[in-house]
Amino acid sequence: MAEAGAEQSHGHQLDPATEYSSSKLGMWLFLGTEILLFGGLFAAYAIFHARYPEMFFEQHLELYRTMGAINTCVLIFSSLTMAMGVSAIKRGKQKTAATLILITIVCGIIFGVVKYFEYSAKFEHHIYPDTSIFFSLYFLMTGLHMIHVFVGLGILGVIYVLTLKGKFNAKYNTPIELGGLYWHLVDLIWIYLFPLLYLVG
Amino acid sequence: MASHSQSEKHEHITSYKTYFIVWAVLMVLTVITVYVSYVDFGALNIVIAMGVASIKAAAVALFFMHLKFEDSITWVFALFPLGLLFLLITMTFVDTFTRVVVP
Repeated sequence: MAEAGAEQSHGHQLDPATEYSSSKLGMWLFLGTEILLFGGLFAAYAIFHARYPEMFFEQHLELYRTMGAINTCVLIFSSLTMAMGVSAIKRGKQKTAATLILITIVCGIIFGVVKYFEYSAKFEHHIYPDTSIFFSLYFLMTGLHMIHVFVGLGILGVIYVLTLKGKFNAKYNTPIELGGLYWHLVDLIWIYLFPLLYLVG
Repeated sequence: MASHSQSEKHEHITSYKTYFIVWAVLMVLTVITVYVSYVDFGALNIVIAMGVASIKAAAVALFFMHLKFEDSITWVFALFPLGLLFLLITMTFVDTFTRVVVP
């Protein structure tokens, strides 16, 4: 993806329009597999929640609602700046796009820091993934999501550097758009994780 | 020069204003869902929470992810996994809760 981007559209067999639309379609296909990856865990959550509703309710009270809510806001805000970054580069504003991507990255890091404090608080209270089926699911789901945040940060980091180098412009910006799609998916999954784990239990 | 653009037909670029409106809606919905979680509606709580989450997810997909302006094949690619997800969850449900012997 990045390599194809680096050499612009010269010397390619596909015409740029076809390349652009097929890249994007490929990204959506990949996002579909991501949804199903989390889907297995959502199915597990649904079944154990239906089987042990009281236990889920009691134990979800251990989670800090405020921290979860803060992280939700941080992630939604990062999604906003990411979306704006895509609009900026499509208008040819490289500097603005780079700044917006940087803000997105900072938000992702803040999300990670808050999550770090949450995890440490859990460990201090001797709550581990093997404490109960609820916390097993909590750590698995948020952990897998956290891995996605890290991957997203890596992708955005590369895109940020390439944007600064002026690799993208109004006519060619596929990597930014695809990186953005990935970041929005990370946000989208959190939109479900937050109420499931922190609010309803 | 025109031949080097990624799309000959003019692309839809969402305005910052639209994004801010979507963001504001997402924030309001977040506040609502947190607020509602402190009120006990019994079994309705999870229905409300999932309903609000789904509206938020739809807003993210349609506007932030630009799905509203994509062609029909992208819609198929986006919605098909949701159908599979539905099957996955319902089938597992039907299986686990209709077993006669639970070990």
